[in-house]
Amino acid sequence: MGAVASEQAPLREGARRVAPLVIPAAAFGVSFGVLAAAAGMGTFAPIVMSATTFSGSGQFAAASILDEGGAVVAAIAAAVLLNSRYVPIGISVAPLFRGATWRRVLEGQLIVDESWAIANCGQGRFDRGLLIGAGLVLYPCWVLSTAVGAVAGDLLGDPEQLGLDAAFPALFLALLVPQLGSRRALAAAFGGAAVALALVPIAPAGLPIVAAAGVCLIGWRRA
Amino acid sequence: MTEVWITVAAVGVFTIAFKALGPVTLGGRTLPPRLLGVVELLPPALLAALVVTQVFASERDLVVDARAVGLLAAISALLLRAPILVVVVVAAAATALARALA
Repeated sequence: MGAVASEQAPLREGARRVAPLVIPAAAFGVSFGVLAAAAGMGTFAPIVMSATTFSGSGQFAAASILDEGGAVVAAIAAAVLLNSRYVPIGISVAPLFRGATWRRVLEGQLIVDESWAIANCGQGRFDRGLLIGAGLVLYPCWVLSTAVGAVAGDLLGDPEQLGLDAAFPALFLALLVPQLGSRRALAAAFGGAAVALALVPIAPAGLPIVAAAGVCLIGWRRA
Repeated sequence: MTEVWITVAAVGVFTIAFKALGPVTLGGRTLPPRLLGVVELLPPALLAALVVTQVFASERDLVVDARAVGLLAAISALLLRAPILVVVVVAAAATALARALA
């Protein structure tokens, strides 16, 4: 009992902290479903994609390219490049994962930008309960809202007319602000933003974000 | 339709592998102290990059459009210490309004 309670309390805290993100995340999921259906992905494939990929920005990148009539290879490349940020993100939270390999693979799927930001305790440390708890709330929310968008998209109108494409950067900004506690963090944020914007016109889709992640290397400490 | 499923499968397989790589190879170990300074700066660098590209990128062009109005609204709401949900709604509403007026 005691072990179960001590495992559950941080999960509940993660779920509580992620609650304000449920509505914007669902709005984003609905927008993805609508866009994917409009891009000719049908209703089932977008839902499967949300259940397996579980990363809004990567899925959006792929669906937008298909929607614009781009090649499948270009859609895959953009999403894969963009989602390769989960390699450094996964390394940053790796100490939180224990047990059998299959369990680490499964729990690792709950890593998503929002759960990762919520779990950040600063100084390079993250909280396992917050990460898993937030991920367990966001995952079903993401899959269900995608289904709503893909099935009932026609009834909902154009997500852009509702300004939903601005809701997501606003959410990320709200997650970013609490992380700017130090001058170094502020420098990393400005550096990341500058690198990404500089690369947008010249680099293939997805690469600007990966390159921006590299800015964190300014934090390397000499022994 | 086959092309759609190829996209779904390829992106899914890669993303699952990317997310699993750290937890599987380094799971349970403490990161070396030198790396903590790098890890500490990863969230601000990545989140800031995601914000600006979602606001100012339109395919491979940099643009200032209705989304920038939403970003300004979000910044104002954050300065007023509004809760996250309010920040998001204000940003969407400001962008929708800017589009309606444009």
